[in-house]
Amino acid sequence: MADSKLNIKEFLDKDEQKDLLRFLTAGSVDDGKSTLIGRLLFDSKKLYEDQLDALERDSKRMGNAGEHIDYALLLDGLKAEREQGITIDVAYRYFSTNNRKFIIADTPGHEQYTRNMITGGSTANLAIILVDARTGVITQTRRHTYLVSLLGIKHVVLAVNKMDLTNFDKQVFDDIVSDYKQFVASLNIPDITCIPLSALDGDNVVEKSARTPWYEGPSLLDFLETVPIDLDRNYEDFRYPVQYVLRPNLDFRGFCGKVSSGVVRKGDVVMALPSRKTSKVKSIVTYEGELDYAFPPQCVTITLEDEIDVSRGEMLVHPDNVPMEDRNFEAMLVWMDEEPMDVNKQFYIKQTTNTTRARIDSIRYKVNVNTMEQSSVDHLELNEIGRVVFTTGKELFFDPYQKNKQTGAFILIDPISNNTSAVGMIIDRVDAKDMVKEDALAVLNLVELGIGKEHYDAIRTVCEELGRQGLPIKCLT
Amino acid sequence: MSDYKLSHLQELEAESIHIIREVAAEFENPVMLYSIGKDSSVMVRLAEKAFAPGKVPFPLMHIDSKWKFKEMIEFRDNYAKKYGWNLIVESNMEAFHAGVGPFTHGSKVHTDLMKTQALLHALDKYKFDAAFGGARRDEEKSRAKERIYSFRDKFHQWDPKNQRPELWDIYNARVHKGESIRVFPLSNWTELDIWQYIRLENIPIVPLYFAKERPIVEIDGNLIMADDDRLPEQYRSQIQMCMVRFRTLGCWPLTGAVESNADTIEKIVEEMMTTTKSERTTRVIDFDQDASMEQKKREGYF
Repeated sequence: MADSKLNIKEFLDKDEQKDLLRFLTAGSVDDGKSTLIGRLLFDSKKLYEDQLDALERDSKRMGNAGEHIDYALLLDGLKAEREQGITIDVAYRYFSTNNRKFIIADTPGHEQYTRNMITGGSTANLAIILVDARTGVITQTRRHTYLVSLLGIKHVVLAVNKMDLTNFDKQVFDDIVSDYKQFVASLNIPDITCIPLSALDGDNVVEKSARTPWYEGPSLLDFLETVPIDLDRNYEDFRYPVQYVLRPNLDFRGFCGKVSSGVVRKGDVVMALPSRKTSKVKSIVTYEGELDYAFPPQCVTITLEDEIDVSRGEMLVHPDNVPMEDRNFEAMLVWMDEEPMDVNKQFYIKQTTNTTRARIDSIRYKVNVNTMEQSSVDHLELNEIGRVVFTTGKELFFDPYQKNKQTGAFILIDPISNNTSAVGMIIDRVDAKDMVKEDALAVLNLVELGIGKEHYDAIRTVCEELGRQGLPIKCLT
Repeated sequence: MSDYKLSHLQELEAESIHIIREVAAEFENPVMLYSIGKDSSVMVRLAEKAFAPGKVPFPLMHIDSKWKFKEMIEFRDNYAKKYGWNLIVESNMEAFHAGVGPFTHGSKVHTDLMKTQALLHALDKYKFDAAFGGARRDEEKSRAKERIYSFRDKFHQWDPKNQRPELWDIYNARVHKGESIRVFPLSNWTELDIWQYIRLENIPIVPLYFAKERPIVEIDGNLIMADDDRLPEQYRSQIQMCMVRFRTLGCWPLTGAVESNADTIEKIVEEMMTTTKSERTTRVIDFDQDASMEQKKREGYF
């Protein structure tokens, strides 16, 4: 022990420099996903003794792993799940190695829980998709991979698990890999790595296994530790949705926000949307002091040389690189609500720091997530995915999701239940002339309603205010 | 691209600041719950950072169970004064006057009345529609599945099977009157991250976290601090001076000390790295029934 005793200051100084990788794990119920995660946590020494004690107790009582410790019990935290023996929601796990910190979003593979996988994957840099070496690529593998590509996750590991049950046969692995590669060719995933492993025995999880001499790639953990992720962010297109306006005194007016994408420097000319007024960045303020430049995902406060009016929901950009501005756009939409989509409902849409009303204009098609086939439908139900055209109450500032996750993503909120009914990834704007429905602006005909002229001004003021809140009403006088 | 690289702590910090600002912008009446512990201390600093050079636009609230360590209360008052926080302190005075306490009523009744009920009453009293808490997902299994914005119904209950989907960094802040959101900006921090951040940022924390000679009695296997007049008579003869520290801080008689020589953050981290017990083992309340934290959370506890 004495020679391995770590110098704690050195350790902390090194730890401080580590970066963060967020990854998603997806697999079918019996692919051994929880076992794999348990193995990663266990072998990276994260598991403390008392958690292990509790695990041993629980394993004896209700374990499904025979002689082995049932790692799944460690992960399936909630009482209801323990009883059912399946993971029912996204669970987050944390571990670190000498080079990196990791956040795992552990999501279930059940069909009815596509919703949870989408939830767990939205912030992931990487996805591990498990397949059972005995069954190979199955419908669920295709579904998980499609969802991963939809979310714009750039790195995928196909973990071919349970190789121990196929005698670590190279041919089995090669067949699965070629099968999978053929399938993913049509999806937009830039980086795919296939690893043969046995989560139960630990082969190729942390250390390279002697039982797969024919495999020349890295172990799973090696790969996770070294895959470069900092280039995955968008450093090109500066987008700064204003979150909060800070006015501690008359001399300071700062716009708080997160740099969604791109880089902003002190002295840059910036333009506020939607007003299109321009000014120069006077300072980039943080608690620690001023910065010369800021990049994603830093949270800063920007002050401008000129006093231009910018409030929450508006966006600072570079004048020569602007996002799309429109009330009409189409998006891939994942329906997340038990209650089916009602196309006549006016939803709330939240995109960056903007909230307004949104109406579903048309559904171009529904995607069958198992076959990728498209079909026409008149509504979407829980876990269904479709290409949908929207009209919003006011103009939004956005980019295609595949180019910019931060400004291309949105959620749809039910105005009655307040539930997050759906989530969307914007594809493109749509020309008003191509909209299916005509713009059904609410009209208030004050003359026809027989309202006295003395009330017109007051009603107009209210209508203007409603327009600002995203409920435009046309006033006829 | 090395100019544009953040460490994991800088990334976690940015995530937390973004969350705190979203809440301030979208809720009418948010509050930050302050337990005086190390996680709260980090959360409070993040709030100060989020609005610098301005003031934080919401108050801090401490639910005083009336059975806290003396040093915690002192620390709380000094900190709030020094950093200009608007501090609200609330207690279940009815139960307090009725003599409820851990020695007489047990940990379950005490925690329910003096913590959970006191908290729910205070949230109703001030009509807070959002309450920040310093819980981390790595602390305990049921927390690992909770959202950052955790919806609570009119009765402050959490329904683990009916959580709102939460994607990217877009949080759904819409609630009906009487409903609320508990917000956990430290969700993705680990215990080590917290210590590392306290060390790097020089964040003040309660001295009880550092090892010192303290008067201790052993009660049901827990090392309990013996500096309070309310210690039952039968234990008073067993008080010993021990070099101890506290890994977590809850109610005084419900939080056991650990024997330790760690009197600096470096030593604490070193102890943590080599220790074999996770931090909540010194909390009596987690063991009083099966799946006990999940049960408490459903009932409205943090």
